[in-house]
Amino acid sequence: MINLETPRKLAPLAKQASQVASEVFRPISRKYDRAEHEYPKELDMFAALMDGKDAGAGNAGAGAAGVRRKDKADEESNRNGSNMATVLGVIELCYGDVGLTLTLPRQGLGNSAIASVANDEQLQRFAGKWAAMAITEPEAGSDSASIRTTAVLDGDEYVLNGEKIYVTSGSRAELIVVWASLDPSKGRAAIKSFVVPRDTPGMILERLEHKLGIRASDTANFRLEDCRIPKENLLGSPEIDTEKSFAGAMQTFDNTRPLVAGMAVGLARACIDETRKRLDEAGVTVDYTRPANVQHAAAARLLALEADYEAALLLTLQAAWMADNSKPNSLQASMAKAKAGRSCVDIALGCVELCGSVGYGEDSLLEKWARDAKILDIFEGTQQIQLLVVARQLLGKSSAELR
Amino acid sequence: MSIVDKGLALALRSSTRLASSDVLDRLGVRQSVERGLFRATKGTTRAAAAAGRTFSAATKLTSPARQPRAADKGLFDLTPSEEQAMLCEAISDFAASAVRTAATEADDQSRTPDELLAQAAELGLGMLGIPEELGGVMAERSAVTAVLAAEALAHGDMGIAFAALAPGAVATAIGLWGDADQQAQYLPPFAGEIPPAAALALLEPRPIFDPLRPATKARRDGSDWVLSGTKSLVPRAAAGELFVVSADVPGSGPALFVIESGVEGLYTAPEPAMGLRAASTARLILEDVRVPTSAVLAEGDPSAYVECVQRARIAWCALAVGTGQAVLDYLIPYVKERSAFGEPIANRQAVAFAVADVGIELEGMRLTTWRAASRADQGKSFEREAALARTLCTHKGMKIGADGVQLLGGHGYVKEHPVERWYRDLRAAGLMEGALLA
Repeated sequence: MINLETPRKLAPLAKQASQVASEVFRPISRKYDRAEHEYPKELDMFAALMDGKDAGAGNAGAGAAGVRRKDKADEESNRNGSNMATVLGVIELCYGDVGLTLTLPRQGLGNSAIASVANDEQLQRFAGKWAAMAITEPEAGSDSASIRTTAVLDGDEYVLNGEKIYVTSGSRAELIVVWASLDPSKGRAAIKSFVVPRDTPGMILERLEHKLGIRASDTANFRLEDCRIPKENLLGSPEIDTEKSFAGAMQTFDNTRPLVAGMAVGLARACIDETRKRLDEAGVTVDYTRPANVQHAAAARLLALEADYEAALLLTLQAAWMADNSKPNSLQASMAKAKAGRSCVDIALGCVELCGSVGYGEDSLLEKWARDAKILDIFEGTQQIQLLVVARQLLGKSSAELR
Repeated sequence: MSIVDKGLALALRSSTRLASSDVLDRLGVRQSVERGLFRATKGTTRAAAAAGRTFSAATKLTSPARQPRAADKGLFDLTPSEEQAMLCEAISDFAASAVRTAATEADDQSRTPDELLAQAAELGLGMLGIPEELGGVMAERSAVTAVLAAEALAHGDMGIAFAALAPGAVATAIGLWGDADQQAQYLPPFAGEIPPAAALALLEPRPIFDPLRPATKARRDGSDWVLSGTKSLVPRAAAGELFVVSADVPGSGPALFVIESGVEGLYTAPEPAMGLRAASTARLILEDVRVPTSAVLAEGDPSAYVECVQRARIAWCALAVGTGQAVLDYLIPYVKERSAFGEPIANRQAVAFAVADVGIELEGMRLTTWRAASRADQGKSFEREAALARTLCTHKGMKIGADGVQLLGGHGYVKEHPVERWYRDLRAAGLMEGALLA
């Protein structure tokens, strides 16, 4: 039966995450926006709590445990599983603060990758560790197939060399999942991901970025110089299979893009709720029963922004639902990310505009959210990359035809 | 009533009797007779409303029949039920084989052929809102089913879908808000072989029209209601046998009134528009139209009226989604086949990204519409969700229509391709009020 409401059984989880957002995140939101690079120690206690929760059934985290797909799905029954749960959790957490969500211990994108593609032995070995993700290089951003970091097998070890930038929580995580090429002459099929403990000799932290927003979340740059790791730290198959390999790496995105879309959805809702409150105080309320054009221009604007929010939310839930039900969702995952990414920027900036100096000043969090928002239309695939994915899928075009 | 109008009324009354006989069909002359009538009425600016059938209760009900709601499992789910899937498949087939092929001519003639309307009725399109006790076919009342059906039909053509679904809106209104007597009197014919032409008229010809503030007034006169006002873009009004009209009741707000077409003071005037032409849109003019106390639906409860307005908006969203999907499905092969500068234009990001945006916004329109409908089905409030779907379908739906023409360039602007019609039709989805119900 078609139903687009929050699943009843996951409502307690969403409620829990929402309490974290309001009780843990919001009170320290501004503090760590100002104190960039300072570790939000308040999160440690909370993370310990979360570890206990993860051991149980619930998972309100930022996606670390949530995106492993079931091998076989029950054809008949409708599942609202871990993808849905994780997305709902992320939405609520990012309603509180995106930066703090991104730097939740043991909830990194690296954890996502490990949870999604690691074998059982690796899962066990890396359990309980905080893992960051290192893909981008100075010369390769969206075009992740052209990364230059290399991994060369030497006996029982891989030797990694290269440079990685924009590693979220790179200075805080214990493990870095590094994308590197086994053979740059073989193109994207040779790209594999490697789990590198941060304290490995040759894994050199170069600097932390100063950013427009999400300042609570550290962004690190690394240099890899003859960095040696056990060959068992390669995630997935070491074979260079031109058909499957890169697709396998990209498949992670089908699970993680809805999460980032969820982040955008949470932030967007924070902006809308805050603006609704401020407009209400100013005597402007949205009347959903009456046409937008007979209402105050500010109410009509808020209505339009909220409509985009609603579309982004439902596209995100759709993508997660499809993942839970083992339906191919690359198209929907990218649709969700594209819509949520661009909408959250529109919404946040629109809300600042509607609230005037109240929105622009640091007394409210609106201006911070408007700065935080922009990253959500960039990382985990920029708007333009999502459009490429969507267009290729809709038009049945290869990456060679539609570049 | 002027003498001319009276004469026309008589002419129409006899012609309707003729129209309802099987003889025309047996002789295969129905179309020509109707064309003659069309010519006869076209010249006048205004005509008395059609003299419709007599609605009398065959079965008595002790209490109003309401379709039950489907059981809610509490899980997020985008899979239509088996019943919904089967219905949509049948409608999609019909939309592709009969509706799309008839669309150009229907638009051109400002008229949907009766055979097509009859076929649509055979599919049960007008009966989704009729309780089983009164001859309905659907066990459960479902706005989602109505949305899926409208979406599938509008993929064929929005104007024809509008014409075909219009009587169902009246049946649904009486199914949802009618009392036992109103249901017994009016609903059975809608479940019959040739359902009456009927329209739910809310819209009025005025800029920034607000359906919650209709200028049409209903005043008390003894035990009667007397209604005056003008309704706009009423589907197939000239043929209409039964109308449900909104009017403001001073002191209590807007309410819905059932009006049979034979009543004195009811006129129609052709109102052809930018699009939706297949629905033969017309003004419905009420000049001191007198109806009994029993003509008011939901006992004039303003909350039922608000619900009606919202359900109508959801239905228009469904039409926009169906038409938007038609645009996308037309664009994809076109941009892949059309070549410029030595390769398909689909290979260019400027074109490909525009197609991607159509796909993304269309999916958002669809999901917001589904959510509003599913909340209605679950008995949850849906004002917010209907308003958001409406906003999205108004703006993104029109953008899809405009991009559909744009991506075909000059070819999009001429009538060889349907995109110019979809452009005209999609403008309607954001300004129409009433007329359809989810």
